[in-house]
Amino acid sequence: MTYFADVAALARKDILLELRSRDTLPAMLLFVVSALVVFHFSLPSEASATASTGLLWIALLFTALLGLGRAFTAEREQRVLDGLVLAPCDRSAIWLAKCLGVLVFLGVAEAVALPAYGLFFEPVGWELVAAILLANLGLAAVGTLLAAMAAASRARELLLPLLFLPLVIPVVVGGVGATVVDDPGRYLGFLALYDLIFAILSWASFEYVVVE
Amino acid sequence: MGSETGRVTVISARGLGRRFGSKRVLRDLDLEVRSGEVLLVTGPNGSGKSTLLALMAGLLAPTEGELEVDLPRGRIGYLAHESLVYKELTALENLDLYGRLYHVPERRETIGALLERFGLWDARHQRVGSFSRGMQQRLALCRVLLHGPELLLLDEPHSSLDADASSLVDVLLSELAGQTTMAVATHDPNRVQRLATQSLVLA
Repeated sequence: MTYFADVAALARKDILLELRSRDTLPAMLLFVVSALVVFHFSLPSEASATASTGLLWIALLFTALLGLGRAFTAEREQRVLDGLVLAPCDRSAIWLAKCLGVLVFLGVAEAVALPAYGLFFEPVGWELVAAILLANLGLAAVGTLLAAMAAASRARELLLPLLFLPLVIPVVVGGVGATVVDDPGRYLGFLALYDLIFAILSWASFEYVVVE
Repeated sequence: MGSETGRVTVISARGLGRRFGSKRVLRDLDLEVRSGEVLLVTGPNGSGKSTLLALMAGLLAPTEGELEVDLPRGRIGYLAHESLVYKELTALENLDLYGRLYHVPERRETIGALLERFGLWDARHQRVGSFSRGMQQRLALCRVLLHGPELLLLDEPHSSLDADASSLVDVLLSELAGQTTMAVATHDPNRVQRLATQSLVLA
């Protein structure tokens, strides 16, 4: 139970930091809505539903990237990550708490993005919602680990997208697949498997990322 | 490892060295610090004082030799150049977070007592970003002492402090000397010299 108490304390801190600074969420909201507006005007009116779904996934992916790029900003200042790493709590608790924060921010951004997508493009079906919920887990799990790695680097702005985008290609494949085929079960299962594998890998390897 | 005084070895280094790329900061350092001892570390800028303390804290790994610290990380208090606290949180929120992570018993009372002692009680609800450098240093000292560490690694503990706060740190170090093992890196050795059981001058 101590582990989850540590996670709760760290996650609460992340939400509190965002409520105070309002650095990340407003930027994510503005970006995702702006991207959908741009796609709306740039996509030909006779374009297929598959094309608009693909563009939605691109918008969501880059919105996640925007949030992840700031995920460890507060920890970089004043080297707070060193302070957290020295605490006797399991270091994976830092990853899990940060993951939960990223999930909350992504969820809020998508709560705004999906109605906008429905307005500009196609009605939102349950397959899309299910695919996005599953994709969020994978994006947050992998993204948080990579954001921690990038935060320790001087070239963090370059490193994060270079590592993140190739690793989340399966999420895009699964997400788009689940939304455009008649039977989305296979793709949703694929997304769930991706989440499971990468969540375990990220959880287990976080300690080695934050400690030299 | 014990000794004739019954004190156990807390820190031992053999041939310890650390490189950053091609730059060698520490080389061939042998060291043994027993429980309750105070190690004074001095030397010019860039001589490796902060690196040595970060190695002892476990934040850096040696590139040469061996370093053993015979305490779990939860029993170590590390004061760095930076305060290691969130600027967007208040002093109280920062200490509460660390208190939870270190599982400090009677957290609120301990935090209150430390804030009172370091003259930060009235500023407890202020965000750390609005603190002066000296106030941040005092808060960092509260953070370091919060969990009652058995080993204190203090990098320039008097840095940015005014005369009153510096005197308070002197009193505190005097109180802790003998009970708590300490490694203190400083440019002002006169303040710590009387407590030190060992001195290490890095070149």
